[in-house]
Amino acid sequence: MNAALRTEYRKLVTTRIWWILLLSMAAYMAFLAGIMAFALTQEPASMSGGLTGGGPVTVMTPEAVARIIYTLATSLGYVFPVIVGAMAMTSEFRHQTITPTLLAEPRRTVFLTAKMLSSVVVGLVFGVVGTVATVGAGAGVLALMGKPTYLTDPIVMRSAALSVLALTVWTVVGVGFGALVTNQVAVIVIVLAFTQFMEPVLRIVLGLFDWSRGISKFLPGAAGEAITGSSFYADSGMSAGLLSSGLGLAVLLGYAIVFALVARVTTLRHDIT
Amino acid sequence: MTAHAAPDESTDGVIVIDHLVKTFGPVRAVDDLSFTVRPGRVTGFLGPNGAGKTTTLRILLGLVTQTAGTATIGGATYPHVPQPMRAVGAALEAASFHPGRSALDHLRVYAPQVGVNDARCREVLGFVGLDPVAGRRAGGFSLGMRQRLALATTLLGDPPVLLLDEPANGLDPEGIAWLRLLLRHLAAEGRTVLVSSHVLSEVEQTVDDVVIIARGRLVHASSLAELEALAEPSVRVTSPDVAGLQRLIMAAGWADQVEPAVVGQEGVAVIHRVTAPEIGARAFAAGLELHELVPRDVGLEDIFLRLVGEDAGAQVAQPHLEGGVAR
Repeated sequence: MNAALRTEYRKLVTTRIWWILLLSMAAYMAFLAGIMAFALTQEPASMSGGLTGGGPVTVMTPEAVARIIYTLATSLGYVFPVIVGAMAMTSEFRHQTITPTLLAEPRRTVFLTAKMLSSVVVGLVFGVVGTVATVGAGAGVLALMGKPTYLTDPIVMRSAALSVLALTVWTVVGVGFGALVTNQVAVIVIVLAFTQFMEPVLRIVLGLFDWSRGISKFLPGAAGEAITGSSFYADSGMSAGLLSSGLGLAVLLGYAIVFALVARVTTLRHDIT
Repeated sequence: MTAHAAPDESTDGVIVIDHLVKTFGPVRAVDDLSFTVRPGRVTGFLGPNGAGKTTTLRILLGLVTQTAGTATIGGATYPHVPQPMRAVGAALEAASFHPGRSALDHLRVYAPQVGVNDARCREVLGFVGLDPVAGRRAGGFSLGMRQRLALATTLLGDPPVLLLDEPANGLDPEGIAWLRLLLRHLAAEGRTVLVSSHVLSEVEQTVDDVVIIARGRLVHASSLAELEALAEPSVRVTSPDVAGLQRLIMAAGWADQVEPAVVGQEGVAVIHRVTAPEIGARAFAAGLELHELVPRDVGLEDIFLRLVGEDAGAQVAQPHLEGGVAR
């Protein structure tokens, strides 16, 4: 397993895609956090309750605003670690490196496990860089606007640190999903469509009804936000609340494990031709 | 070259394919195939495209699950070989590299699983002549360079068994000559070397043994010398006396082994399975004037094509897309 881990780690870092995605994520998150810090400090109430129609207007405290901004990477930027994780698997099939890969390690469970565990390292890098870019730009704009940055507040900083954890787990989810679907184009289309459109819509729609509010908390994006304890969607009143941090972690890890298990008995059991 | 090894013989480096069957839906890609490959020799694994060579190799390597039968290397199935790349070096048809990874990094990726260091990666790159391009991305490599990189990958663990699927594809004549020497050298060191090809002529100067399959079935397994013994004589005869030649053929009982069946205006006939002296003696006895009595050289390729049941025309018509140049 040790050798398989080193092999999988080397695969991740010997191509360019990971740092291209990493730079994209840093730029995107810095941009989003800056814009959001500016918008939320202008007119905090205007962002709130808008989509719940006549519901009660949620007024966010400055502390909640800071937490939302600092955990934006988990709310809106997790697609980057998911894609990098998924492509670690799909590129094996796209470039047929799955053949030499399984010649070097014919035990497919070992291969899949090594793939998932090795992605943790790259996931941590994405988590740290994504979170630092978010917090850096967000805090910078907050300071410029003359607002408190809460950079020394333990609760706010804990959320930011947990954002690193959430993004790392998202990378592992990506590997599991890539193993399940294996077609690179399909994976990218599904991941983009789900994370950027389906899940936000589902969370808002499911959050509208009492009977479905509980379900929406178990969507992967909601579980990821739950890890940090702060939610762009929930705190802005657009969707239901969150699971506890620990439960969120368990649910998101559950997605990764279920994807991997299903992949192991389906796509990874098939003939490699 | 039989399926039944004596029980006291060592199985080290011996490849045994035993009653192997693989069906893809209604297609029997491999159909009750049995043969044995021994160490210390280069064995050509031959058959037309689609004969089941690659499927057999993929089953042997644990990539494809067989429908029935067994395929073992040194008595074990591939997935049960610890550190398999130290025991078996395999390069399959589609030389597969991530286009964005350099040649050296490609080897470094597998190095931990082979149990070798970076120095060994550089060493095998040098061995296959790729050291000048070690840092270049494989996406820009020619087919010949890819073949060399695939070969370097198989040699990384210095394995006693080598399985190479169409290794000469895309190599220039110089590369083919180099590969020939390399394979002979590796076999001389006592390794098992199995080389697949869809053209016998490509490997006939390299191999000691041949295993020929067609439509998933074994059609011939022997040493190359025994295959050569299957060659049948064939003689081209020309006579100005068309009717006389026809009478000679009928009288000698060669009617069903002559082309064309009825001698045409030109008085030319090709008679199979008869030697030139036999025909010459009969013609002389019959007082038939001959202008040509030419024994035709029957190449191994003809024997091969006859064994796999294809005529030369069909073989030529098969496109060689992988090796082709863009036009």
